[in-house]
Amino acid sequence: MNQQQQNLFRFLVALGDDSVVLSHRLSEWCSNGPYLEEDIALGNVALDYIGRARMFYQYACEVEGKGRTEDDIAYFRNEREYTNLLIHELPINDFAFTMVRQFFVDVFYCEYLKQLMNSSDETIAAIAAKAVKESRYHLKRSEPWIRQLAEGTDESLRRIKDALLELENFVGELFLMSDWEQSLVEQGIAVDRAKLQKDWDAYVQKFLGESNVHFPDSQLQIRGGREGIHTEHLGHMLSEMQYIQRTMPGLQW
Amino acid sequence: MNKMNDNIIPTLNPVFAKRKAYREGSEHKPIWDLLDSVFDPELPGLTIWDLGILQDVRLIDGEWQIDVTPTYSGCPAVETINADVKAALKAAGYDKVKVNLVLSPAWSTEMMSPVGKAHLKSINIAPPHEEDRVQCPVCDSSNTKVVSQFGSTACKALYQCNDCFENFDYFKHF
Repeated sequence: MNQQQQNLFRFLVALGDDSVVLSHRLSEWCSNGPYLEEDIALGNVALDYIGRARMFYQYACEVEGKGRTEDDIAYFRNEREYTNLLIHELPINDFAFTMVRQFFVDVFYCEYLKQLMNSSDETIAAIAAKAVKESRYHLKRSEPWIRQLAEGTDESLRRIKDALLELENFVGELFLMSDWEQSLVEQGIAVDRAKLQKDWDAYVQKFLGESNVHFPDSQLQIRGGREGIHTEHLGHMLSEMQYIQRTMPGLQW
Repeated sequence: MNKMNDNIIPTLNPVFAKRKAYREGSEHKPIWDLLDSVFDPELPGLTIWDLGILQDVRLIDGEWQIDVTPTYSGCPAVETINADVKAALKAAGYDKVKVNLVLSPAWSTEMMSPVGKAHLKSINIAPPHEEDRVQCPVCDSSNTKVVSQFGSTACKALYQCNDCFENFDYFKHF
């Protein structure tokens, strides 16, 4: 691969990693949801993200041209080779935390993917067109939940506030650009994340403000995911996610 | 898909009308017709044509290429549908068949046929509505409420009728 292909490969794997890691976290709610319908809903959102990860990984493997498959990428890389943004890997915590994270990423993806639909790379544009519709639907579900919990009981409000305090530190990374991503932006392939932050902030602050919840601007921005530097949580998650394939490589259902 | 037919019946939605015109203009009618025996595994009796995911039938170097677009990107039914397409064509003597999963054009409920929507209603699933105004498939009341935004599959939401109290799936407008 030349430098340009390497950057493209890196980009596709990174977006796939974001999706697969969040998908796995969401799937941890299976049989643990607050009630049956929510249990199923979270599972379905997880399914959308798995689909998204597969599309990015499949295309990454095609670009790489070494005959690797999406399963090789998902199951046979270690923590330090994963390049997802950290917000996706945080443990599910309680339901409020899961939904605040979902709300944050839904708002982000609705705009990010919308712009990615203009990518000069046709496959990326097609994936984005498919995925953005799903994220819009996810947002339709996460928003009422934030509203309901923020305006519910003292307990639900406290949990929303706790989740905001924890998650605000991981938001900044969504908008961080690296050199290689910047070069893809210049070729018209990727989207300049940094330009999305202002609108994201405004949207989220307005939405929370309508429920009288203040979103504090964090001074602390935890970063490192794109360089493979993770929180202590990802390794544990991967060990569970990859266990079967690592134990019996190539096993199929 | 540029063989637009100018004589489209105006009451059809334009997306489906375009699909229909394309199919009718195709030189591979027998194959399209054969594929009307392939159903979505999660939606009994709904063909892949009526669901709108069957996109194209082409003959390339002696091989039949069937283009299918997934409803939702993580839809687990995709692999079953691929196998069913191959089986249906094999049973009719077509051995060289390849099923392509295409992402573009992205599937939407606009691609569904009127027959498909009517069929959904007949199995008590409310068909997609442009403004998500959901009618109870049993008593036709519009006085309905959402119970959960996801039902038994990613493409459906769970609703309840406030008049007859029926719980039903709504096939989401997408």
